[in-house]
Amino acid sequence: MIRTEQVSKFFGAQRALGPVSFDIADGEAVGFLGLNGAGKTTALRILACDLRPSSGSVSVDGIDAITQPHEVRKRIGFLPEAPPLHGDMTVRDYLSFAGRVRGMSAAEVKKRLPEVCAQTHLDEVDNALIRHLSHGFRQRVGVAQAIIHAPKLLILDEPTRGLDPFQIVEMRNMIRSLKEHHTILISSHILPEISETCDRLLILGAGSIIAAGTEAELTADVARTGRVIVSARSSDGDHGAIHKVLSAIDGVDHVTYLGRHDGGDGFEIAATGDVRAAVCRTLVENEIDVLRLDRAVRELESVFMSVAVGAGAAPAAIAPPEPALEKVAGGSDAKN
Amino acid sequence: MQKISIIFRRELAAYLRSPIGYVVAAVLLLFDGVLFQARALSAGEQLSADILHAFFYYTSGVTMIAAVVLSIRLVAEERQQGTLVLLTTSPVRDVEIVLGKFLAAFLFLAGVTLASVYMPLLILVHGKISFSQVAVGYTGLLLLGSTCLAMGMFASTLTRYQLIAAAVGLCLVGGMLVLYYLAQVVDPPLKGVIENMDLFARRFDGFMTGILNLADVVFYLALTYFFLLLSVKTLEAKRWQ
Repeated sequence: MIRTEQVSKFFGAQRALGPVSFDIADGEAVGFLGLNGAGKTTALRILACDLRPSSGSVSVDGIDAITQPHEVRKRIGFLPEAPPLHGDMTVRDYLSFAGRVRGMSAAEVKKRLPEVCAQTHLDEVDNALIRHLSHGFRQRVGVAQAIIHAPKLLILDEPTRGLDPFQIVEMRNMIRSLKEHHTILISSHILPEISETCDRLLILGAGSIIAAGTEAELTADVARTGRVIVSARSSDGDHGAIHKVLSAIDGVDHVTYLGRHDGGDGFEIAATGDVRAAVCRTLVENEIDVLRLDRAVRELESVFMSVAVGAGAAPAAIAPPEPALEKVAGGSDAKN
Repeated sequence: MQKISIIFRRELAAYLRSPIGYVVAAVLLLFDGVLFQARALSAGEQLSADILHAFFYYTSGVTMIAAVVLSIRLVAEERQQGTLVLLTTSPVRDVEIVLGKFLAAFLFLAGVTLASVYMPLLILVHGKISFSQVAVGYTGLLLLGSTCLAMGMFASTLTRYQLIAAAVGLCLVGGMLVLYYLAQVVDPPLKGVIENMDLFARRFDGFMTGILNLADVVFYLALTYFFLLLSVKTLEAKRWQ
């Protein structure tokens, strides 16, 4: 469906993307994951024929996107980060306009409109002015304009941006339903969006693809190089003794004391492999109570943190999911 | 052609739905009326041909400003609001985008300009001028308006900020207006070249007196074509940036 070879994009002397090469098969749902400024939007705009690459080749359905952009555009539906909506038009008029500029006849648009409105749950507001709609509805109109001409490839740039949790769930369900009819490419810096809707992930960092594969393939690496948070309590309250016990466990590379944690003493363990069982067993054998034992962060988040930060992106750019995880991200950074 | 028509209808509807269209129409007609009353009719007893000349002189100024104001939003506003991407990711050529938008702005400007026709008609009824003098004058206004629209549109393709686009558009129009005066202080053969590039003093005079000079018509059409071509090329170039 999509083949990119050595694609790069420069804005002046600044490299925004590449060189990157990847293939996306027909019917796949692929997630572009990366921190802000990683090059996701640039890559999507090139695929949507909105930007021309500085070098490299892009083909969609076997058609060269650089020499035949019109043919490629007919096959693509694009939802940019900010949906391209005309606030002065009604939803119906706007979708008709979007369909017509994408090459549909008036009769085709008339036939297709009810289907699209039903698919994106816009039936109730199809006569409302777009500027009067809530953010969630506007985002749906954005998706509707991208699918009005039934494109083979659907490109969604941060489709859940600015939505509330309820709207995010609705959008996710909508995207899942679209997978039946379209090859989908979604970008996001929010991991659950990608992991819950996509078959495969491409992780971008500093303009390059730094990891690619299914969630299972990517998280397999994390299991081999695990990080564990443990909260333990010894009878004499000596956290130094616990530290010594933990450090002596096979496979443990480094132990960091985190202070008081969950009613005990908190430690972060950097290890080669999954040492959770060994940690638990050793602490119990040494008559130390185990109050909490966790892998440091969600598996996919670990992958993201390690590859994205390792690729040179600024750690400060990462939106930390919760305070306890920030330490782990920092540790990961230090290690990398 | 079909894409041009779709974009043309959308743009024309945008003028009719937005306040900017009505504000420009109201201000243009108000200034035309006030200037006609205060300047063209208040100079005492005059030949009706002189009054018509004065009417087209003042109306041309208002038309040039209105054309720039109407055109600056065409691309800059869409780029600022992020709506241009709908067109740039659709199978629509840049030339179709430019022509669709330009024709909508031109038709709107033409409609508003022609709404002032009651004033020369008053001169026609009460004075001694011919209908062809009025028709030639309006042809000139529409050609001048179309040229200024094309200049404004070019300015609009350069930036996402309408204020900057307005400044660039007005500078372009203003720059071409003063060419005539610049020509007065340089020596031939440069004098002739600059004088012929002038947008108003030399080129528009014939239209105000009812003389349809083919060279002037071709000049305005060529200038319109030139700035529309620049607009298309600028849109294309933005994709390479």
